[in-house]
Amino acid sequence: MKEEKKKSHKPRWADLDLSNEKLIKMYKDMLMIRRFEERSAQEYGKGKIGGFCHLYIGQEATGVGAIAALRENDDFIYTAYRDHGLALARGMDAKGCMAELFGKVTGVSKGIGGSMHFYDLSKGFMGGWGIVGGHPPLAAGSAFATKYQGRDSVTICFMGEASTNQGVFHETLNMAQLWKLPVIFICENNGYGMGTAISRAMAGEHLFEKAAGYEMARGAVNGMDVIEMYREMSIAIDRARTESLPTFLEARTYRFRGHSMSDPGQYRTKEELEEYKKRDPIETFAKELIAEGILTEAEIEAFDEAIKTEVDEAVQFADASPQPPLEMLHENVYA
Amino acid sequence: MAVLQIREAINQAIAEEMERDPGVFIMGEEVAQYNGAYKVTQGLWKRFGDKRVIDTPITEAGFAGIGIGAAMTGIGIRPIVEMMTWNFAILAFDQIMNHAAKARYMSAGQFKMPIVFRGPNGPAHMLGAQHSQALESMVAHVPGLIVMTPSTPYDAKGMLKAAIRDDNPVIFMESELMYGIKGEVPDEEYLIPIGKGDIKREGTDVTIIAWTKMVAVALKAAEELEKEGISAEVIDPRTLRPLDEEMILTSVRKTNRCVIVEDSWPYASVGTEIAHRIHTKAFDDLDAPVEKINSADVPMPYAENLEHEALPSPAKVVAAVKKVLYR
Repeated sequence: MKEEKKKSHKPRWADLDLSNEKLIKMYKDMLMIRRFEERSAQEYGKGKIGGFCHLYIGQEATGVGAIAALRENDDFIYTAYRDHGLALARGMDAKGCMAELFGKVTGVSKGIGGSMHFYDLSKGFMGGWGIVGGHPPLAAGSAFATKYQGRDSVTICFMGEASTNQGVFHETLNMAQLWKLPVIFICENNGYGMGTAISRAMAGEHLFEKAAGYEMARGAVNGMDVIEMYREMSIAIDRARTESLPTFLEARTYRFRGHSMSDPGQYRTKEELEEYKKRDPIETFAKELIAEGILTEAEIEAFDEAIKTEVDEAVQFADASPQPPLEMLHENVYA
Repeated sequence: MAVLQIREAINQAIAEEMERDPGVFIMGEEVAQYNGAYKVTQGLWKRFGDKRVIDTPITEAGFAGIGIGAAMTGIGIRPIVEMMTWNFAILAFDQIMNHAAKARYMSAGQFKMPIVFRGPNGPAHMLGAQHSQALESMVAHVPGLIVMTPSTPYDAKGMLKAAIRDDNPVIFMESELMYGIKGEVPDEEYLIPIGKGDIKREGTDVTIIAWTKMVAVALKAAEELEKEGISAEVIDPRTLRPLDEEMILTSVRKTNRCVIVEDSWPYASVGTEIAHRIHTKAFDDLDAPVEKINSADVPMPYAENLEHEALPSPAKVVAAVKKVLYR
């Protein structure tokens, strides 16, 4: 009996193109983001990182699940300023990312961009934008460009839920649907636009229905679940690639830290935070991978040690790297 | 040599560049089926079709941003984004100033931004405050942008072709009231480099600096001054950023006196910057402080008499020239 049951059991991702290797990579990517961001917070506290620093802790499944569904070389990614985690998920080197936070010339934007402005054109990572709601039309523009050139690339655009109250967000959705652009808008709904709860900022209850006025394919997905993110994104990406149609996805997620490093988060209760921490996307995925026999606890611990070492090396690299030379002040204003 | 209106010269520039480079397209409000609000894009839709001549909704920030994203993707796209007028482009200034102008710098040079935003700028006639204003100072303020302001059909065509081929975001500012102005345009291809000014009239006693519509005002003033034996040199920077400082300083060092004419407001204008540069770099050559003629420092009124009162005129320029000549 027991043997039979085991045979008939299939993991919930059995219908997806997810090899064990890929599942493990997704897990490691999430863990890397967590450890990188924890360390960023420490280094910020030490004064090694300046300015604003928006951490991705709690939202790892959204970014990793979405980006894992993309092609590696010729798809494009745009995001708002909470961009460290997404850059890491796209395979940008932890050393270059940490060095950017440290304002060093070895950073992904040579220390010129900073926390909010990570870029890597060679990986289709198009930034890293600091104005809430400012970048969605740019993402539609990349989708426009690839379609114009007859390529089957897709562009995905991460944004916070607060950006959907901006006018240009609506302008973008309108044109994306009107012109049938291969773009996917991933609204990371973490419940708060800085310190303002969504219920105090948005009329209406169902955020994803904002896309209904444009008759765009739309839906909500559990952004704390990397498999569900991957599943919904795969559908949306297929729609974009084969039919050249946009999608609006509301990923329901939660950030475990403040809006930025300067935010103690007094606008939400401890109970709410604890409730979400029980749904920690990394811990729940680890349990599932162990239950499915894909990983052991020992392996997971070994990954964690290796990732911590990698983050450690990234910090050492960033610390030892030089600041940009003074002559860089005037470089790259014009092509 | 053909005699063309400015709108025809711009149309030719766009058509030739679209013919030359399949990555060039134009989008904006009414540019395709309507043939352009000011008929600048006349015939382009018929010739190039839906894919490359694109009517947009009235949504300036949105389509400006789509153009920017298309340009920075780096796959051979060179958008021309028509703003029906620059008054409406104010809605897109976040896209232009915060995104187009900064992408290259913030990414430490990873992106090129081959895009042209073009359309009419400056006061027109009896359109009231929201449709009559010169905004070049606002864009010229921003590092990362190029600002071009043609005053003749010849300049418009050669400058726009250079703008389309450039890898930086170019703000190309025309004028509603000048689209019908005619001038000679060579049949063979030519480009006018970005940052290269032009002497519109040679003279020895005073330098008058003006661009777009104000070049005609300056030339008219120069004619009047000639009758009184005063020889005015009229120079047109054509590009406001980067500025042809050498041409300006060379002229001022010759005439020792200078009047700047612009139809934007006086406060923190491009003319203010030019005057500052002359005062600091050619101080010893000056026989009088640089004078500036601007539109009145008010939102533009509708009433014809008040509008006339608000705008620079040849008479005002003549008076300013006499002031710097102590006459």
